[in-house]
Amino acid sequence: MALSVTDLRVYYRTRRGDVKALDGVTFEVADGEIMGIAGESGCGKTTLGKALIRLDTRMKHVGGTVVLDDDELPLSDDNAMNRHRYREVSLIPQYAMSAMNPTRKIGRMIRDLLSAHSVRYAEVLPELERRLKLVGLETDVLGRYPIELSGGMKQRVVLVLSTLLNPSLLIGDEVTSALDVSSQKAVARALVEFRDHGFVKSMIVITHDISVLFQVADTILVMYAGHLAEKAPARTIISEPLHPYTKMLIGALPKVGDRYEEQQLEGIEGRPPSLLEPPAGCRFRDRCPLAHDKCAEAPPFREVAEGHHVACWAVS
Amino acid sequence: MLTLNQLDKVYKTGTFGTSDLHAVRQVSLDVQRGEVVSLIGESGSGKSTIGKMVLHLLDSTGGTITFDGRDVTKLGFRARRDYYRKVQGVFQDPFSSFNPIYKVDRTFETLRQSYFPKVSGGEWRSRLEDALAAVTLEPDDILGKYPHQLSGGQLQRLLIARALLLDIELLVADEVISMLDASTRIDVLNLLGELKGRGLGILFVTHDLSLGNYVSDRVVILYKGRVVERGDTSAVFDDPLHPYTRDLLASVPHLDRTWEEVEAEEAERTRRLAGRCLYHEAAAAQGRSLGEEAASAEGSAPGEVPDGVGLVEYAPGHFVGCFRKAAEAPCPAA
Repeated sequence: MALSVTDLRVYYRTRRGDVKALDGVTFEVADGEIMGIAGESGCGKTTLGKALIRLDTRMKHVGGTVVLDDDELPLSDDNAMNRHRYREVSLIPQYAMSAMNPTRKIGRMIRDLLSAHSVRYAEVLPELERRLKLVGLETDVLGRYPIELSGGMKQRVVLVLSTLLNPSLLIGDEVTSALDVSSQKAVARALVEFRDHGFVKSMIVITHDISVLFQVADTILVMYAGHLAEKAPARTIISEPLHPYTKMLIGALPKVGDRYEEQQLEGIEGRPPSLLEPPAGCRFRDRCPLAHDKCAEAPPFREVAEGHHVACWAVS
Repeated sequence: MLTLNQLDKVYKTGTFGTSDLHAVRQVSLDVQRGEVVSLIGESGSGKSTIGKMVLHLLDSTGGTITFDGRDVTKLGFRARRDYYRKVQGVFQDPFSSFNPIYKVDRTFETLRQSYFPKVSGGEWRSRLEDALAAVTLEPDDILGKYPHQLSGGQLQRLLIARALLLDIELLVADEVISMLDASTRIDVLNLLGELKGRGLGILFVTHDLSLGNYVSDRVVILYKGRVVERGDTSAVFDDPLHPYTRDLLASVPHLDRTWEEVEAEEAERTRRLAGRCLYHEAAAAQGRSLGEEAASAEGSAPGEVPDGVGLVEYAPGHFVGCFRKAAEAPCPAA
């Protein structure tokens, strides 16, 4: 088991109280698994990704453990985490491609990054060049400035540099967003290829775009308001979802070929609850067509079929 | 209703505007009442530039824009105000369309001050409620709130309600749903479909093909400022002809088929059309009597195919341009 997260709770400190962005999250990611995390804005998917590598000053680790390759990650100890960062857990944050240093050539930037982790650039260079070619880039991008590359090229450079030391776990946060569909396809395919080549053991891909997850992920985890709703193999989530939220979410996505005249899709009424003082019980209760008295108690996230976990009382 | 004829836009770029960027090349299209026309293209295709030229936020460099038979390419300040009673736009980011310091009501109040100063308070209130009802919003949930208290979908529908208060005939919707969550996206799309049913013409600018397909009657595929293919939505999506359209459709992440499955399905079409150019084939077959648009393209010597920006009608209502990708690239059949 590459990654095992147990009852993880991460809150944001604000002046008005704690925002319970991640409230008791338990799941596992197997060796070689690409797990996608889907959910609406504010559901805690980015918080989950960040929590696995670095808690910023507003974030507070309230409880729960994260075990990576039989080794517990010291989440709340910033210094102790340094040993694991980049070598074992690597993160591609949101908007990473826009965060490249515009005054440094790509090669120089990678050299800086490696030296911060006491790795010699020359040692890694042949492998770096090999991987750049693998994702369809010429090695001369190392001598270019970020401004000279397109969004898709930059995102592929980011992917190569974040996985140079073959981490056990790569977390990609919205790596395919804000790209044109053709670049999106190239980046998504590179992700799968890196897993297939064993450059990274397991991967967590965070995005709001479920159709991209269907293309790259083995399993999809659906989050809602800081809780887990459902986890299942990608095809099952799309074709046989069980949680009412997943059903409504998938039902709201037009497929290529769906027409307004022929079949009107429906959105989900209402908004997710505030996470400042979230209601007890199931957090989807207010928007759920199946809600009943029992939902005042939080449903457990349990396995209903092999590899298919759901948190809903209505699912037996 | 709205007709664009050989519209051009050249941006000046570089130091002191020394170099030209041809953002829109000879684009012709039309939007009728009660119809959604999607402009689909990737970044840099000129789709937003076209939307902004229609809304008069940008000047065009060449060609004409006519609205109900009247040339609106160059309008003075007063004429523009009348034009905006009929044509309005809604944009990508609903949060930056509102001033966060004021309550959302102010958006409607400024509209009233500039366009309806004579309407009484009670009358205005009832009009406002009608417009909000049309976009399925409850006035009590919305009025008196600040933008941060509302969701993106609610704000986007508010902006459409604002446009509806003006009795508009044409709505330019520029990526109106790309910032919204999946669960509220579809509400805005359904709203566009409903407005279409009431006779509004909609120019829907998007990069997302599955969303473009859902509401639109006709689609226009743009690549680097040039229309490469256009026609009825079902014709273009079921039988994509231009290499760029085919690439684009094969790159869309589907929800029911993987990329590999889509590629396998499209392999036959790809083989059939490889190394060909339907535009030049049609041109050769018809001699000089090309489709009306191609024939009217300027700068073409007699007997010669125009400079690759024209379209031929491959099937009724389905137009396709030369199979070259960029305007400078050679035709694959040449």
